[in-house]
Amino acid sequence: MEAPLAISDLYKSFGSQKALDGVALDIGPGEILGLLGPNGAGKTTLVRSVAGRVRPDAGRLSLFGLGPSQPGAAALRGWVPQEICLYPLLTPRENLWTFGRYQGLTGAALSSAVGQNLEWIGLADRASDRTGNLSGGMKRRLNIAAGTIHGPKLLLCDEPTVGVDPQSRERIYTMIGELKTRGVALLYTTHYMEEAERLCDRIAIIDHGRIIASGTREELVRSTLGSRQTVTIDTEAEVAAPLAEKLGRLGATVDGTAVRLLADDAPKQIRELLGVLHDDGVAIRDLTLKRASLEEVFLHLTGRELRE
Amino acid sequence: MIWAVARSRLWNLRHDRAAFVLSFVVPIVFFTIFGAIFGGDSGRSETRTIRVVVVDEDGSDNAKQFVEALAAEKGLTVLRSSAPQAGGTPNPYTAATAEAAVRAGDVPVALLIPLGFGDRPVRFGPDGEKPKLTLIADPSDPIAPEVLSGLVQKVMMTAMPEAMVASGMDAMERWGGGLTPDQRAKMQENLKRLKERRPSASAGPSRGGAGLVDIERRDVLGDKKARNPMIAFYAAGLGVMFLLFSAAGAGGAIIEEVETGTLDRILATRVSMNRLLGGKLVYLSGLAAAQLLVMFVWGALVFGLPMRGHWTGFAIMTVCTALAASTFGLLLAAISRSRMQLVAISNLAVLVMSAVGGSMFPRFLMPPVMQRFGLVTLNAWAIDGFQKVFWREEPLTHLWPQVVVLTGIAVLFFTLARRIARKWEAI
Repeated sequence: MEAPLAISDLYKSFGSQKALDGVALDIGPGEILGLLGPNGAGKTTLVRSVAGRVRPDAGRLSLFGLGPSQPGAAALRGWVPQEICLYPLLTPRENLWTFGRYQGLTGAALSSAVGQNLEWIGLADRASDRTGNLSGGMKRRLNIAAGTIHGPKLLLCDEPTVGVDPQSRERIYTMIGELKTRGVALLYTTHYMEEAERLCDRIAIIDHGRIIASGTREELVRSTLGSRQTVTIDTEAEVAAPLAEKLGRLGATVDGTAVRLLADDAPKQIRELLGVLHDDGVAIRDLTLKRASLEEVFLHLTGRELRE
Repeated sequence: MIWAVARSRLWNLRHDRAAFVLSFVVPIVFFTIFGAIFGGDSGRSETRTIRVVVVDEDGSDNAKQFVEALAAEKGLTVLRSSAPQAGGTPNPYTAATAEAAVRAGDVPVALLIPLGFGDRPVRFGPDGEKPKLTLIADPSDPIAPEVLSGLVQKVMMTAMPEAMVASGMDAMERWGGGLTPDQRAKMQENLKRLKERRPSASAGPSRGGAGLVDIERRDVLGDKKARNPMIAFYAAGLGVMFLLFSAAGAGGAIIEEVETGTLDRILATRVSMNRLLGGKLVYLSGLAAAQLLVMFVWGALVFGLPMRGHWTGFAIMTVCTALAASTFGLLLAAISRSRMQLVAISNLAVLVMSAVGGSMFPRFLMPPVMQRFGLVTLNAWAIDGFQKVFWREEPLTHLWPQVVVLTGIAVLFFTLARRIARKWEAI
């Protein structure tokens, strides 16, 4: 069986701006691939290419062996755009009927899919309200259902939890988990690192139109940062500039009262840091040592915070 | 602070080109259009002349003189023969073909000069023996018959003095006891001189004396019509104008789909651009047809517009008009880059088309140049078609020019809209 998504050497430019510069990735059945990257890295162009809305200049992109615009690809693919792309004056039932029909469902299959999806997203009791009057979280769930009503085998989820409260976010995580259980493969973009760590089987980091790293969380940390650990020291008072300079010479970064270090030899380097702080009479409030996170991997690879 | 607020608004206006154009160009455009329709200085020289078919069944010198005098009137365009077929000769109008020309809307009015008119073109006296001209009128033009009646009386007074004198002599002989042979000879002598010194036909103002000649007016389309003869015009004219407004507004749904990203999502499903535009066209046309139906049924209920016997013609014109108006809405949506721009462009386009095309003011009352210019709008073709159905009661086959043009407009607009809509397809 062909892979749900297989991409190799994908190029796309808008004028002189390279949006995709030889992207290569693949997703297996029932797998969730998290796509992380700073703004402008090429995430949206890549997702829109898979959705058939951007024509790549070169390269191979196949959905279950089909080109993204070939007949049959639309039925296998679902797309949940970042924006709430629904009709606000229509009810949730009417919106689901519309997008189900657009995906080729008819008759009893369509009615049944609309009913099941209303139950799935917890909007059966609001099925006849205006969509525009629903809460942000409800609209997000409806947005997901509109992209999955036809039962796609590959789902493109573009930041589906943006602007959603923690409770609704949990509900969306549950829905994503259920889709995975059904065997749906997902390409999932997000700005929330913890979301990527929690939901995704593998993570691909894209920057300047290229996939610069990919693998499981552990693989990424190991391949990028090795066995390094993160040391965080919280001081009582803000660290003065001369002290920050001394700490910097030891490889640490200072942000207000927080001193961070990615340590190869944690016990030795912690002793050095504490010694410098002690010499300057700085009191310590807290000290933590933990394995390097995806956040550090991202920062290390792109030089930017994920939400920049 | 007040200056800062005003200046920021001025910057805003400068950056918003559509609003800028609307602020300054639209008033000038409308001023020009209405100036041309109602006649400003530039239009005075071509103020509407009334086209009149004149049928001279008498053929006498007096009748010929009368027709020539009418033809010399600046306010009239006298037609005595229909346009010749290719390579043929012009066919003089007869009473029947003149009436047919009025019925078809080719001319608003026809004048029949009966046999025997030349013997006594004018007759004084109370016995009702005045010669009777027949005026065949299309009542949808309320002005033409009145103007023609007035000019007939004027021509009698100013262009045929010898006929008046001869008629006066007759009246005197009849009611005053007759003339002596000497008086009669002198009168004939003077009459001869009067004939030689006949003033030019259009010279001199009318000096009263209306009623020298009897004119029998006959409205060719009056018997079975609505209580208000203009009701079919207003139903069609206003109906088409509001059709265009609502088509443009409904076309805006596409812009909204573009702006919210919904169009992108739709085009990632099984719906292609052709199907999407086709679906929009079906919806817009259905809405437009329903609007016209409501408009005409209301006209029937409230103003007595006769729907019975006209349903087929109504259906044909409604389908063609609805298609043309709907594709107009699609084209505007495709052209516009934002909803604001769509509102600006559609208001300008619809108002100009409605003014020029006769939705606001009947085209047949406009100067000839404006009447011809109006044919560039779909309003004019739609109104003409509905007038043919409801007013002139012409056979359905006579609707072919309107059907062809409106359908052609629909095909052209849809093709253009589809072409421009490529910008929304995959990039």
